[in-house]
Amino acid sequence: MEFQLFGIGILTWIVFIPIAGMLVVLLLPDKNRTAIRITAVTATGLQLVFAGIIFALFDRTKGGINEAESFQFVEKFSWITVEAVPWVGRIEINYFMGIDGLSVLMILLTSLIGFIGVISSWNIEKMVKGYFALYLLLVTGMMGVFVALDFFLFFIFWEVMLLPMYFLIGLWGGPRREYAAIKFFIYTFVGGILMLLTMLALYFSVAYTDTATGQSVHTFNILHMMNPANYVEGGLLSGVDTTWRYVAWMALFINFAIKIPLFPFHTWLPDAHVEAPTPISVILAGVLLKLGTYGLLRINFPIFPDATAYFIYFMAALGMISIIYGAFCAMAQDDFKKLIAYSSISHMGIVVIGIAALNTQGMVGGVLQMFNHGIITAVLFLAVGVLYDRTKKRGLYDFGGIANQMPLYTGLAMIGMFAALGLPGLNGFVSELFSFLGAFEAYKWITIISVTGIIITAGYILWTIQRVYLGSTPENLTSLKDLTPREILMFVPLIILIILLGVYPAPAIELMNSSLSHLVEFVNNGGQ
Amino acid sequence: MVDHTIHSLGFYLPEIVMVVTLCAIIVADLLIKKRQQVSGIVLLAGLLLAGVMLFFQPAEAESVFHDSIASDPYAAFFKAMILLSAFFIVLYSLNSRELEEYRARIGEFYMLIAGMVFGMLMMVSSTNILLMFLALEITSISSYVLAGFTKKNNKSSEGSLKYIIYGAVSSGIMLYGFTLLIGVTSAVDIYGINEALVQGTGQPLLLNLSVLMIIVGFGFKIAAVPFHFWAPDVYEGSSFPVAALLAVASKIAAFGMLMRFFAVSFIDSSGVSADGTWDIIDGLHWDLLLGVIAALAMILGNLTALKQDNIKRMLAYSSIAHAGYLLMGVVLLTSEGISTVMMYLFIYLFMNMGAFYVAMLFYNTTGAESIEEYKGLGIRAPLAGVALTIFLVSLTGLPPTAGFVAKLYIFGAAISAGWIWLVTIAGITTIISLFYYIRVVRNMYFFEPAPDQEPIRFSLYSRIVLFALLIPTLVLGIYFSPLLKAVRDSVSLIGF
Repeated sequence: MEFQLFGIGILTWIVFIPIAGMLVVLLLPDKNRTAIRITAVTATGLQLVFAGIIFALFDRTKGGINEAESFQFVEKFSWITVEAVPWVGRIEINYFMGIDGLSVLMILLTSLIGFIGVISSWNIEKMVKGYFALYLLLVTGMMGVFVALDFFLFFIFWEVMLLPMYFLIGLWGGPRREYAAIKFFIYTFVGGILMLLTMLALYFSVAYTDTATGQSVHTFNILHMMNPANYVEGGLLSGVDTTWRYVAWMALFINFAIKIPLFPFHTWLPDAHVEAPTPISVILAGVLLKLGTYGLLRINFPIFPDATAYFIYFMAALGMISIIYGAFCAMAQDDFKKLIAYSSISHMGIVVIGIAALNTQGMVGGVLQMFNHGIITAVLFLAVGVLYDRTKKRGLYDFGGIANQMPLYTGLAMIGMFAALGLPGLNGFVSELFSFLGAFEAYKWITIISVTGIIITAGYILWTIQRVYLGSTPENLTSLKDLTPREILMFVPLIILIILLGVYPAPAIELMNSSLSHLVEFVNNGGQ
Repeated sequence: MVDHTIHSLGFYLPEIVMVVTLCAIIVADLLIKKRQQVSGIVLLAGLLLAGVMLFFQPAEAESVFHDSIASDPYAAFFKAMILLSAFFIVLYSLNSRELEEYRARIGEFYMLIAGMVFGMLMMVSSTNILLMFLALEITSISSYVLAGFTKKNNKSSEGSLKYIIYGAVSSGIMLYGFTLLIGVTSAVDIYGINEALVQGTGQPLLLNLSVLMIIVGFGFKIAAVPFHFWAPDVYEGSSFPVAALLAVASKIAAFGMLMRFFAVSFIDSSGVSADGTWDIIDGLHWDLLLGVIAALAMILGNLTALKQDNIKRMLAYSSIAHAGYLLMGVVLLTSEGISTVMMYLFIYLFMNMGAFYVAMLFYNTTGAESIEEYKGLGIRAPLAGVALTIFLVSLTGLPPTAGFVAKLYIFGAAISAGWIWLVTIAGITTIISLFYYIRVVRNMYFFEPAPDQEPIRFSLYSRIVLFALLIPTLVLGIYFSPLLKAVRDSVSLIGF
């Protein structure tokens, strides 16, 4: 599938439109806040339009994963080429983008959450220009990771997100923002260095034969890295089941586990969430965490099928611990945002269990859960943001009886809450069910223990609803106004998706089914 | 004989231009007393002319002056970097508040810089050991005086004195090493030494000793651990332009000389394979020794930088750490290793000079030299704040800045040669370096300026210089194949 506009491929458009928006924002005068906001909303809105085009044109039957020809909307240009000299081979880095069933949902998610984030940022008044410039840069980074098929490009986009996020938390965040920002930065940077070293080791271990010249060329191409035939004799990561391959898998895994975040690498998340401004929390939980599981599926699984098989129990066990531990921690919180942060850890654990099942059911459940969780937590964080904007409070015990004051808001927030809880008929249920079904086939006990996490989840969510929305209203909260049209606008698309995908998840599953079955088959056959 | 000398002069024009410039500065300083900046402008013109001469120099590699000077693409690349960094240094100096006080003597300052540039140009091209030492001394002696130039500042005098003592001792040791080497091999040019070593000298102990001593001298010049003690004090005492000169230009020249010396004399020229490297001398594993020095520089430089509050001292320790990263490429002593070092140096030139420049601009306007005093500066001076952020991020090695590309290639070369432990240390220390670089950024942005602190505006001149450094730092991070090509083409050393 191809789609071009003015001779430029759609993926380039969707990735770089925010950068164009950023440049416009930087050129606008500081005082013209409305123009800056409108630029940001236009850029992300256009992104959403392009995502819609992709959704419409995407061929649901193609597999992708390791076959270059079944990727869609592919753009491949030579970016850095230096001809071979006697002592070192040709250097080649490609601008290589393409999507398959694994990435298409993530692209839809990123553009939707990016757009809603801008709407929710409307009332930010501090250094508006800097805020939106960084925000748009962040969106480009996220989108780029999901479409990059060249490891070098992937890495660049991955690290581009670091600095904007650091500033967005550190400058516009809450009282302990500085600590939270640096903690986030260091955690992800450690992961980044691990990924850099692994990427280099892979680069020197993989060489494909250029059919035109017969030269053997080292490459960052992720698809070439998946082909065992491309590994050079004596390369560090050549062979099957070698120690170095396990080490490399582990290095990548730690990087992605930090982003997911998986126990025991999760401690940055509650801090970052609590301190970040609402829209950034939405982006963080809605999209950023998915980069971790996406990376596992895009890189760890197909490039190292042997090591994946070796570590799969370990991975599933970490997923289990995250589910249970996250849920218990969530129960103990009295800060609304921290509660959702820990619930994110718990829910991302379900994704990990699902994909670690290494069967189609679990995989589909896991990826769908990535999408669903992105939508659900976005609703939850927006819900906290609405209360925080009005009262400057986030403590669960500070509220009560909000339902009487803000009926519309309560209704929408409750739908999000129930989706997080896994109520049948809402989207969370479908993906959790699939994940656990798949996982049960693979490991019984781990799944049985994990499923108890759902009960704990029901516990803390119902308790939260009771504390915040039901009961009697404290006296200082009697004059709360219900949602403004802008706030309704940011809730409605998400709520529609929650209900739609709960009742009829087929459109989402169709998108990824053939790719994920192919991935499962590919990994189970050891990369053949 | 005469013909050869005249022919050789054709390959020696940039150096000649620098000597003429030096004289011209003295004359200009004597004749035109009223306009002090004139000597700086003469130096700028001289550097520009030298650059043009370098550009039009015959492209083919040739050994001139009876095998004393090599004119090869390698030397040309290093010379270009030295001239470029010196050009920026002069631009800084014309704008420096620290040097303002010494207007009456500023002619001397530029004269010394001209002398130092001449020395550095010689350092990267000489192939005769005596000439190498001479070039090193010309550079060193000019830099001792430059370090003490702001003499009303006690720290400057202190730093200069330490620099002299430390420098004299290490030059002495190095010279002793050179004499031993000459004695054992009975040759004074590096090709002859290589030949003698290939044939075998039967004096492994003396050879090992002499190379150890020579490493001391080089270690001092590039400020690698454990020969780094002078650097923080000297940087702190010097004015910003001089500190940048020592951190960038001097380091470039020292690396150029070091790699030429080791690559030509100690490698079996019959085969440039990864094996056989360094194996000419029995005894110590030279690669391992340099690897350990590199590791120490990375660890110590980065850890000590964490504790620094003075921006010059912080950048001094950061430059020690960067010497470690650079040595990582030298350790391989393959063409690939050398090419990554050259690439790193080229990028390092822009990012480190940039950091010094913004620090100088801040000092000029607010007098801030301590990182604590940087609070709110990013909000008061948005452009300079963003620029410094980019330079520091680039020094950390984060994409999409040029520093990332530099690190990528040097790490990659080390991985491909199997130096996994060294790369691991480099990776860990890079994470540590994030703390102190980002602390500056944090101070600039995370604190509101006090109400009485006005926004800072910089002159057009400052902004142009800033952009001249900023644009390469960003562009080379995204599109670097021209640089990669240039480096690849310039690796060819005579006799390697």
